[in-house]
Amino acid sequence: MRRRSAEARVPLLFVVPAALGLAILLLPLAGLLARTPWNRLAEILGSDDVLSALRLSLLTATLATAICLICGIPLAWLLARSTFPGRSLLRGLVTVPLVLPPVIGGIALLVAFGRGGTVGRWLESATGTTLPFTTAAVVIAQSFVAMPFLVIAVEGALRAADRRYEDVAATLGASPWTIFRRVTLPAVAPGVLSGTVLCWARALGEFGATITFAGSFPGVTRTLPLEAYTAIGAGDAETAIVLSLLMIAVAVAVLALLRDRWVIRG
Amino acid sequence: MGVRQRPLPLGVHCKRAAALLAGAVVALGSAACSDTADPDRVTVLAAASLTEPFTMLADEISDDDDEISDDDIALSFAASSALVEQLRAGAPADVLATADTRTMALAVDAGLVTGDPVVFASNSLVLAVPAGNPGNVAGLADLSRDELRVALCEPQVPCGAAAEQMLATAGVDARPDTLESDARDTAGKLALGEVDAALIYRTDVTSAMEIVDVPPDAEVVTEYLIAMVDEAPNPRGAEEFITAVTGIDGRRLLVDAGFESP
Repeated sequence: MRRRSAEARVPLLFVVPAALGLAILLLPLAGLLARTPWNRLAEILGSDDVLSALRLSLLTATLATAICLICGIPLAWLLARSTFPGRSLLRGLVTVPLVLPPVIGGIALLVAFGRGGTVGRWLESATGTTLPFTTAAVVIAQSFVAMPFLVIAVEGALRAADRRYEDVAATLGASPWTIFRRVTLPAVAPGVLSGTVLCWARALGEFGATITFAGSFPGVTRTLPLEAYTAIGAGDAETAIVLSLLMIAVAVAVLALLRDRWVIRG
Repeated sequence: MGVRQRPLPLGVHCKRAAALLAGAVVALGSAACSDTADPDRVTVLAAASLTEPFTMLADEISDDDDEISDDDIALSFAASSALVEQLRAGAPADVLATADTRTMALAVDAGLVTGDPVVFASNSLVLAVPAGNPGNVAGLADLSRDELRVALCEPQVPCGAAAEQMLATAGVDARPDTLESDARDTAGKLALGEVDAALIYRTDVTSAMEIVDVPPDAEVVTEYLIAMVDEAPNPRGAEEFITAVTGIDGRRLLVDAGFESP
């Protein structure tokens, strides 16, 4: 009872800014719903352009998430568990893509991995291939922006985990790899899972770095957000609206999944 | 326990909140609209390829006239097709300048502009390569080479429509690696040296690029049109800007930027 009465005492002064805040957050979504061409929904969602963008988005976001898991979990472990000079600086650097405008990330990727780029030039002379305008470039751009989400989630879980279980396992003669696999990883599983979902959602929504670094070509680099941008640029608002709706549905599904399955329980 | 205010009955909360919210929305709305409600401000939506001459023209107008400040001319550049879509969505603008007749016709047909659009410049599409021509591009036919990195504009935007027309006339089945969303983006990919060739406007060619000749019959010339937006918030400002563009100063700046007079 006491808790309920405490909750009810919302300062009146908060109501107006809170309602305005809600309006700013929700009105665009309502506007989108209001202008959705429901009678053409199936036709637009089933069109070749949209389907190929959807396929490409699912493929690249999943690949990027796999890369983030393979590289991000060990990175998070290093940041959380080991001590080496410059660790806190490194942790700060890892989170930079999180606050960086993605288009800046795209420029950085282009300058590094593009044809004239430091790494790109070497890559071209060594292998004869270039990255920009390839599906691989999309995956790299997505990994660049999405990896911090995974690293932060896993690192936080690792810090919060009780290390005594690992110590006990070590005294029982378990190897570091066994400890990581059988003790540490199960303990931080909720963190890994929520990090994975956030990472996948961020990769799926990636736009700025992709269009700058990977370009935009149907079936190769034109993911769902790029398809939406192309549609609005070409004056096809209906396709853009339907694609936006699709992306919002995915985002809402991801959040619902996170809330119900992992965040609260974890 | 400190003194607690008794929570108000829900109905009172809501009424007061609604009144406050209404007031706040009005305040916010008028603040947000003050930019466009400024009677002296003229808002110009222009094709991306007009970025340079229009920016310079706006600077000259505001420099010459003490009553017009830099803030009074708001320029917004994007692909012409995107601008028409912005107008359709109700963007409060005064002037529309497109990079081809097709997109202007879309605006005319939708009743988004008033009066007859005026042709004020023309531009031509060229085959451009990075300086030094690393891909050894000799002509349009090279755009079908698979190993060559090629950038074109998206077919629905004017530069992409022009590119399609040029390639169709020359009978070339191009293999582009990227379809960019406006003329400047396409030129940008070429300027960075990330592509070996691109079809861009003559006006977007920089010193970091070279032009490769195309057969005369494949040449595509695009016309730039300007018109006042229907129910423009500042019709007088719109007329003045259109007069400046079509007048002697506008013509000079456009020619300096590589455009041709109509």
